Amino acid sequence: MSETIEQATATAARRDVSVARIFREFLIIGAISFGGAVPYLRGRLVEAEGWIDDKEFVEMLSISQSLPGLNATNLAVLVGQKLRGAPGAAAAILGMCLPGAVIMYIAGILYWEHGDRAASSAVLKGVAAAAVGLVLYTAIQLGRRSLDTRVDLIFMALTVVGVDYYHVSVLWVLLGVGLISILWHHPRRLRKAKRA
Amino acid sequence: MSQLPALIRVFAYLSLLTVGGGMAAFPEMEYLSVTVHQWLTKEQLIHLYSIGQMSPGPNMMMIVAVGDWAGGVVGALAVLVAFFLPTALLAYGAGRGWKRLEAWPWRDSIQRGLAPVSIGLLLAGCYTIAKGAIFGTETAAIAAAVLLILLHYKINPALLVAASAVVGFISFR
Repeated sequence: MSETIEQATATAARRDVSVARIFREFLIIGAISFGGAVPYLRGRLVEAEGWIDDKEFVEMLSISQSLPGLNATNLAVLVGQKLRGAPGAAAAILGMCLPGAVIMYIAGILYWEHGDRAASSAVLKGVAAAAVGLVLYTAIQLGRRSLDTRVDLIFMALTVVGVDYYHVSVLWVLLGVGLISILWHHPRRLRKAKRA
Repeated sequence: MSQLPALIRVFAYLSLLTVGGGMAAFPEMEYLSVTVHQWLTKEQLIHLYSIGQMSPGPNMMMIVAVGDWAGGVVGALAVLVAFFLPTALLAYGAGRGWKRLEAWPWRDSIQRGLAPVSIGLLLAGCYTIAKGAIFGTETAAIAAAVLLILLHYKINPALLVAASAVVGFISFR
């Protein structure tokens, strides 16, 4: 009973959201989401605005991760679409990308002009080393959440070795190892694992 | 000669490789933009990616700078559209179809199956960056410190990148 009331309020709230509002909201997220967009998206869209609930958010995030494209922009498209169809999706992704694009355009010009100075190259050495630590952290986080069998580790290792050691194009690794991995996790095996 | 067609082709192709995150496309981006088209050097690409970690929004916005260098403002805009439009259309299509596929047993298989591959691609991208960014004890120490701090404390990663800029300024000048 309470669930139907919640759903009704959620739908009512959704109907009010205009395309301009969607654009503004994602523009804000695009401008404040330092250090990774997903937590900010959840904070603003689920907690502050209540445009989608947590369950929808998690589902949209998992769709975003299985598709090509960045999580931030895929999520923007999915949420915008849910609220206002195609115009909503366009407004969301434009708002999401605009601030970062402007900032990186300016940063690129500054880097082009001043990147060779001794001071900038010292700063950039620190920044690039930090980026390595950050990407490793992201990999460990994702691994903890979604790798649970030894076979998964083998698929992961095959991917790394294929790309970095044998220099196989990412596309072929994706199609090759990805396909084998999907077939390995075929529905019957997943059902069996669930029962056990 | 105009780089526009090449920019569009390369970044539209790269966008389709970003399964699980932008980093997945990094090794291929290095190969295509540095080795094949020579829009910039490997070092510059790594620097731009790293600067991008301090900027808000989607974390591959550094492609705008690559587009600008190779083709000016038009190049920057072309790269943006090429990189984001194809996957946006895919996400739009999937958003309409995914719900209907709920009963399809292979949907879970795809999700589970792609997870280890996308993490592998993330690590492969990390290795590509590390080859250009880690040289000697100081840089290795910065990377390790960032990793350990993130594993143990809840802190905004952009702050750590900014702090590493300060550390770099002090130790490498």
